[in-house]
Amino acid sequence: MNLFDNFKDPQLCKTLLDRIHAELDGELRFMEVCGTHTVSIFRSGVRSLLSDKVVHLSGPGCPVCVTHDSEVAAFLELADKNAIIATFGDLMRVPGPEKKTLKSAQAEGARVKVVYSPFDALKIAQDNPGDKIVFLGVGFETTAPAIAATVKVAREQGITNFSVLCFHKLVPPALDALVADPELQVQAFLLPGHVSAIIGVEPYRFLASKYGLPAVVAGFEPVDILQALYMFVTMRNEGKIEVVNAYTRVVSDGGNPKAVSVMNEVFSPCDALWRGIGLIPGSGLTIRDEYAAYDAMRVFGMELRDVPEIKGCRCGDVLKGKMSPEKCPLFGKACTPASPVGPCMVSTEGSCAAYYKYRI
Amino acid sequence: MCLAIPMEVLKIDGQSAEVQVGGTRHVIRLDVISEFPEVGDYVIVHAGFALTRLDREEAIATLKLFEEGLNIELV
Ligand code: SF4
Repeated sequence: MNLFDNFKDPQLCKTLLDRIHAELDGELRFMEVCGTHTVSIFRSGVRSLLSDKVVHLSGPGCPVCVTHDSEVAAFLELADKNAIIATFGDLMRVPGPEKKTLKSAQAEGARVKVVYSPFDALKIAQDNPGDKIVFLGVGFETTAPAIAATVKVAREQGITNFSVLCFHKLVPPALDALVADPELQVQAFLLPGHVSAIIGVEPYRFLASKYGLPAVVAGFEPVDILQALYMFVTMRNEGKIEVVNAYTRVVSDGGNPKAVSVMNEVFSPCDALWRGIGLIPGSGLTIRDEYAAYDAMRVFGMELRDVPEIKGCRCGDVLKGKMSPEKCPLFGKACTPASPVGPCMVSTEGSCAAYYKYRI
Repeated sequence: MCLAIPMEVLKIDGQSAEVQVGGTRHVIRLDVISEFPEVGDYVIVHAGFALTRLDREEAIATLKLFEEGLNIELV
C-alpha cells in the first residue's frame, strides 16, 4: 500500500469518528474555507457519518464563488475589447450582469481560451505577437504566486502583449472580517491546506489569540478532516485553544518563503470586493507600479463599475455560513448546476453545487 | 479551483519539470517552490506550478502519532 493511502484508512477513520462522538460535549459548528475541503467532506462520505451535533458550514473558500459581480462585469467588458482572454475553465459560466457569461460572450464571437496554467496563457501571447492576451487572475494565495511568476517571466523575456486582470483575494483578512460579524456562529475553523502551503500558519494565529477560536490546517483525505475535528473537540475539552498545523506532510509552519516573495514582488495588498460580503480591507492583491505594463486594468484603461447584484441569489448568506444552500428559494428549482443563477452553483467546488450533487 | 495534486517528478530541466500522475505526463514550472525537488519526489502541483514537496518523513511521523494516540497499527 502507498504510504499516503493510510490517510484514507477506513479503520483509522472509524476510530477517529468514535472518539469525536464519544468526547464531544454539546454542538460543534465548524467552517471550512476551501472548495477542495467542501467537495472532499461530501464525496468521502465524512459528512454523512457525522452526528447531527457536528455542523459543517462551507465558508467563502471558492475563489470563483467570491468573485464579485463588478469583477465579472470587468471580464465581460474585456471580452468586447478585442483581446484574447485566457482563463481557468471555472470562470466560463459565472453569471454577470444580464446573465451574460464568458461562455455566452464566446458564442457571440469573443476570443476566450481556457487554459490550465497562466504559463499556457503566456505561450499564447508568444505565439500570437499581433494580439493582446489577458489572463484572468482569480484565486487565493495558492494561485497568486503562479501568476506572479508568469508575469516575471513575461518581463524577463520582453513579452509585451501579455497582461493580467488581477482580482486575487487573500484568505486571512476575509476570515478576520467573517469572525468579527457577531451573527456568525462558528466555533472552529478548518484551514485550507494549499493556501497554507504558501503562507504558513502565522497569519491565522489571530483566530485563537484575538477570537478564542480553535483552527487546524488540514489536508484533504478523510483522515485529515476527522483528525482536525477530533483536535477541535480535545482543544475545547482541555481549554487549550490554538491554531495547529496538522498537514505537516505538505505545509511547513513557515509556508513557502520563495512563493511569498515572488508574490510580493509583483503584487501588493489592496482592498477587495467579495461577492455577498462586500469590501474587505486589505483582502486583495493589485499589481505593483513596477509591473504596470502587465496590469490589464491600466493597459485597457478600465475601472470597476457598480453593477446590480443577481436577483434572488443568496450566495452572500451561504458564503457567510448563515444559510445552508438548500434554504435558498432558488436552490434546485431555478438554480441548478446545468443552469446556475449564482456563482456558488457554477464551480464544482461551490457550496450550492456540492449540496446539489451529493444530497439530491 | 484550488485543487492541487501530488505528481511524481520524472525529469528536471531548468525551471521546468516533467511529472506524472495516474499515467499521464505533464510539464510543470518550478519557479515558486522553495526546496527544489529531485527526480522521484512527489510535488504538489497547482495551475501548472509546483508549490511544495510531499514529505514522506512527516507523513510517517503523523501516522506514528495516530498509532500511539489511538492505539492502532498503521505503518
Ligand atoms: S442556490 Fe443558486 S441562487 Fe441560491 S444561493 Fe446558491 S447559487 Fe445563489
